[in-house]
Amino acid sequence: MYELLTNLGSWLTGTAQWSGSDGIANRLAEHLQYSLLATLIATAIGLPLGLLIGHTGRGAFLAINLASFGRALPTVGLVVLVFLASGLSMWPVYIALVALAVPAIVTNTYAGMTAVDPDVKDAARGQGMRAHQVLLQVELPLALPLIMTGLRLALIQVVATATIAAYVSFGGLGRYVFDGLAQRDLVQVLGGAVLVAAVAVVLDLALSGLQRFLFRHRTA
Amino acid sequence: MTVDWSWISGHTDDLTTLTLSHLQAALTAVLLGLLISLPLAVVAHRVRPLRGFLLGLSNILFTIPSIAVFVLLLPISGLTRTTTVIGLTIYTLVVLLRNTVEGLDSVPARTKEAARAMGTRPLRTLLTVELPLALPVIMAGVRIATVMSISLVSVATYIGDGGLGQLFTDGFQRNYPTPVIVGVLLTLLSAVAADALLVALQYVLTPWKRRRA
Repeated sequence: MYELLTNLGSWLTGTAQWSGSDGIANRLAEHLQYSLLATLIATAIGLPLGLLIGHTGRGAFLAINLASFGRALPTVGLVVLVFLASGLSMWPVYIALVALAVPAIVTNTYAGMTAVDPDVKDAARGQGMRAHQVLLQVELPLALPLIMTGLRLALIQVVATATIAAYVSFGGLGRYVFDGLAQRDLVQVLGGAVLVAAVAVVLDLALSGLQRFLFRHRTA
Repeated sequence: MTVDWSWISGHTDDLTTLTLSHLQAALTAVLLGLLISLPLAVVAHRVRPLRGFLLGLSNILFTIPSIAVFVLLLPISGLTRTTTVIGLTIYTLVVLLRNTVEGLDSVPARTKEAARAMGTRPLRTLLTVELPLALPVIMAGVRIATVMSISLVSVATYIGDGGLGQLFTDGFQRNYPTPVIVGVLLTLLSAVAADALLVALQYVLTPWKRRRA
């Protein structure tokens, strides 16, 4: 165990390990690119959908079941399926990651919207605000904490799952995990896993920091 | 991308075996996860300083890619079912622990005081008052953990297990979509069926919820 950890230490800190196209710096950048782009696309799809369902109250059944469906969908199967359909392209990776992230975003946005006090919405309407003003200036800000929770959850899952890109011959930190598995090189697998977990934790902390910054004026 | 129906009819036995093995791995993991998280949740609920530590730890475990967890368990438990179940159990903990703690938190303080005033001992209060009242929130966690585990079993295909996940590697290696489509659909079906069973179980376990409705 001790030997494994010292080997891991030297693997993570070796300068040769960090440079080049298969170096940690480049793999890290690829991993971030897959994860952030997928989460961004998922937000562009999930956020309006969650807001719409929460605002109109229609399609709540869809929102709740979408979450269940998203959790049940096996990512490996989805990646392979899209890969067989589209050939060697980035589609399998992005489709699988977006499919993973959308349900978490939709359900949390919806939950945030339903948690908004109906009296507050009534008051806003009573003051003559239009529907879109109520949505954007009242409901959205009040629902934002839960929306952010959904985004953070989605991002963590996407970062951990972006590992799978390496299975269909792409890069990212998953390269180390899959190459290590093929070569029975445990240090490499462990190094990849530690890096992925670190990326997830750092991004989560960054988002929670952003959240705290956005709500710095709000008193509990 | 067409489905080869003859492959399906020729492999019904294999598909049944794989589905059962798939479900066995997922359900064992959820049961183990419950056995581990129940006592931990009671501790986290009662000892405030430990609460953040335990929940934070389970959150960090959740960020490790599942494939890496399986591979890292190889030196300990090898290419076996045990590895699959341990890996899945680790993932159920984050949901089960959080929901069980929240469930215990949701029990009104007055109810607990009433139990104490009636002379009920702490362990008995926990078993006959707190846990039953926390059950809806705990069951919500069990449902999420079950569906998540059923979907995650297929990742173990990289270490030679994985139930229905084996259909994914098979289809990938032979460039043959039928097993992959069947595998995805059977996984979804298993998850829906397991979830429906859990809803029924919760209905049976919480008779007091019915009378009010």
